[in-house]
Amino acid sequence: MSTEPILATHAAAPHGASHAHATVSGLPAPTAHHFVDLVQQEEAEKLGMWTFLITEVMFFGALFTAYTVYRNMYPEAFLLASSKLNWRLGGVNTLVLIVSSLTMAMSIRCAQTSKRGLMLMNIVLTGLFGATFLVIKYFEYSEKWHHHLMPGPTFNYAEFGQWGPQARIFFSLYFAMTGLHAFHMIVGLGLMTWVFIKARSGHFTPRRYAGMEISGLYWHFVDLVWIFLFPMLYLLGAHHHLA
Amino acid sequence: MSTHPGQPHVLPLHIYWGVFFALVVGTIGTVWVATFDLGPWNTPIALTIAVTKGLLVILFFMHVKYSTKLTWLFVAAGFVWFLIMVCITMADFVSRSWL
Amino acid sequence: MSTSSLMPAGAAPVIATERETYLNNGYGWKSWLFTIDHKRIAILYLVSISFFFAIGGAFATLMRLELATPTADFQSDTYNKLFTMHGLVMIFFFLVPSIPAVLGNFLVPIMIGAKDLAFPKINLLSWYIYVVGGLFTLYVALSGGVDTGWTFYTPYSSTYSSSHVSAMAVGVFITGFSSILTGLNFIVTVHKMRAPGMTWFKLPLFIWAQYATSLLMVLGTPVLATTILLVALERLFHIGIFDPSIGGDPVLFQHLFWFYSHPAVYIMILPGMGVINEIIACFTKKRIFGYSFVAFSTLAIALLGFLVWGHHLFISGQSPYAGIVFSFISMLVAVPSAVKVFNWTATLYKGTIEITTPMLYALGFIGLFTIGGLTGIFLAIISVDIHLTDTYFVIAHFHYVMVGGMLMAYLGGLHFWWPKMFGRMYPEFPAKIAAVTVFVGFNLTFFPQFILGYMGMPRRYQVYPPEFQLLNVLSSAGASILACGYIIPLIYLMWSLKWGKKAGPNPWNAKGLEWTIPSPPITHNFEAIPIVTEGAYAYGPPPKVLGPGHDSPGPHFEEESVEH
Repeated sequence: MSTEPILATHAAAPHGASHAHATVSGLPAPTAHHFVDLVQQEEAEKLGMWTFLITEVMFFGALFTAYTVYRNMYPEAFLLASSKLNWRLGGVNTLVLIVSSLTMAMSIRCAQTSKRGLMLMNIVLTGLFGATFLVIKYFEYSEKWHHHLMPGPTFNYAEFGQWGPQARIFFSLYFAMTGLHAFHMIVGLGLMTWVFIKARSGHFTPRRYAGMEISGLYWHFVDLVWIFLFPMLYLLGAHHHLA
Repeated sequence: MSTHPGQPHVLPLHIYWGVFFALVVGTIGTVWVATFDLGPWNTPIALTIAVTKGLLVILFFMHVKYSTKLTWLFVAAGFVWFLIMVCITMADFVSRSWL
Repeated sequence: MSTSSLMPAGAAPVIATERETYLNNGYGWKSWLFTIDHKRIAILYLVSISFFFAIGGAFATLMRLELATPTADFQSDTYNKLFTMHGLVMIFFFLVPSIPAVLGNFLVPIMIGAKDLAFPKINLLSWYIYVVGGLFTLYVALSGGVDTGWTFYTPYSSTYSSSHVSAMAVGVFITGFSSILTGLNFIVTVHKMRAPGMTWFKLPLFIWAQYATSLLMVLGTPVLATTILLVALERLFHIGIFDPSIGGDPVLFQHLFWFYSHPAVYIMILPGMGVINEIIACFTKKRIFGYSFVAFSTLAIALLGFLVWGHHLFISGQSPYAGIVFSFISMLVAVPSAVKVFNWTATLYKGTIEITTPMLYALGFIGLFTIGGLTGIFLAIISVDIHLTDTYFVIAHFHYVMVGGMLMAYLGGLHFWWPKMFGRMYPEFPAKIAAVTVFVGFNLTFFPQFILGYMGMPRRYQVYPPEFQLLNVLSSAGASILACGYIIPLIYLMWSLKWGKKAGPNPWNAKGLEWTIPSPPITHNFEAIPIVTEGAYAYGPPPKVLGPGHDSPGPHFEEESVEH
């Protein structure tokens, strides 16, 4: 394959000259110098986050698959077990996450429109709502602990009559799925902290806010998972115990 | 989402608020519908509401509606692969009784 | 490397300095362990996977020693641990990373005309994750091993086994992320960092193969991660998700496990096929016949590979209807593989064939992979599989594709790109001896196993009826020859680093961006990003079209060979 090296007049930006617009394409210089220009860098970063989110879809997907199989196998047990979950707390948590997604999206819009104060406030709110979610989850989990609904050897089979054993499987899935989700939420809070620190130091501008955008993608994804978890785990037996 | 270098694509505020409102309504709706015993229809309805909410988050909050075809492809691939896993696995369990 | 020299006093001093390469750009352990240069990371992987290959090989040696006699030498528990650890180490710590993490890391940026991968720090992170997973494995191996089989079937793995399943499960879980990050990096790199003019259909087929492999890694590995995490949670916290006494389903585990582990075998073989493309093109001095067919067949294997996992569950109690569909698609997936073999054969036809060491490995690959692949079709037929499953036939099948195929492709690729990576040629004569030794030893080891399996010898058994002994002895003898075949390159490749003939930029007269830069390359690969105008494998005039109405190539060979 013939290669015609670009002549010296179009040499790639020398190291350290990150502020000079000496890129081949004429577009802004990248901050990581193995990239040709900033556009390539940002597109790569966004594609990288999307690729990562696809791995997360498959990661959670395996649990959703297990859930689907076992629910199909033990519908009565799942109905009964689900009725023990606190749908009010679950519902509030769903709304909390939806609000946090709104504030996340807003904070990016503020970065795009150079509204620094509002941007910072939205980032803080996003983090606060995320933390609220985790606090509510903590209360839910301790309630389960007290009622002996942790899916280990101390499980209270008697509460479910003949469906005791399979109800324990429901709770294994409940804790595995919401636990994994909560873990991702904690990571999300760490990301929000990073975003806040960077935003406060003026790192995000209308020309360069990819770091915030990809953190937002991650955050929305965590919200997305919960949008499916909530009805599948909490609302199964709703017509039994809500009416 | 920078579709043009240096020129961010800014969504109007009413879109964000509209999506938010729709998500809240969807959440309340899914809880309300679940209180009725609709037999086998509870699940498809709940899933439909969840998928709709999910699409709103993906298309608007995650800006996929305004993204490149490549992004669309990646998003679609993720969900298609998840569906492959669930549907074919379920096909085994469901078809066992067909003898 | 040339060393500094000074003229005698009185003359103008001429200092011959070492040319700066990625190898001498910084010395000391910190410059290696904290590197973000994809080429150095490739070398880090090379060292680690070679180490684990030796460990996996040690387990295999012990197994073949046991199997040379029909009666038990080891305790049964010990033998169970040997074959489990052999499988786990070879699959997760050698086969899955090998070509992508060593050759892929080194070559992907160079072949597409980039200075590095998209995310160099994530690349380094993936190596560290691999090392941590490897340390877990070493801990498990040293403290008594795992005896569940590499497949971790529940409920034995989740409840009844008393071996170190949790630690191993965590080790595999961690290592999976190394794979995921490598795949993620390659996908973004190939999409976003191709040099100007490098369109998809100008890419070397090695890149297509790495790309397809990366899709498999990214879509499949997370499912294994979750599944093995559930096994660990069950063992550690007794959550009971696979516990049959409360309704847990072992077949669910198998579905989730094989959803990854079947595509995993394509993760292991596709990079090998990618390497073969490059070697065959270079040593026939022809472009690969049917480039787009090979490119699309690579994607087809990746896609179809996700739809066939149930062929591992034929006798598990899976529904026969699901079995039929899985069986049919499993036979379909052989078609794109066959397309590749036909295209390689057509490339060889009327090529200027040069029998070098990489070419020996590549030719061996084509033959052995074909045998392995065809025996896979045997196993895809449900009625045949009922007799052959869990016998040595299966073992022979996958060793033909993995060792006869993949490992030979890896060795071929290592030899092919060795001069590029280290600026030194390996010694050709011992290398050819080793390649032939590997081929002979391999066939002697594994061909008898087809017969053993057909005759009914089950896999994972340490004792067998005395009438099977002859074939087992042949197999063990072959294994000792095979081991020699692996030790010889270890010696001369290390030797060549210091004493091998210095290599220029293009010792093979090959086409490809990697052959246009010095050997070894500079840290940033290219002085300036190239602009690509020619397609891949631009070795000569396009092949003549055959058929009615066209000129027959006949005795025009001399006219066709054009100097370039």
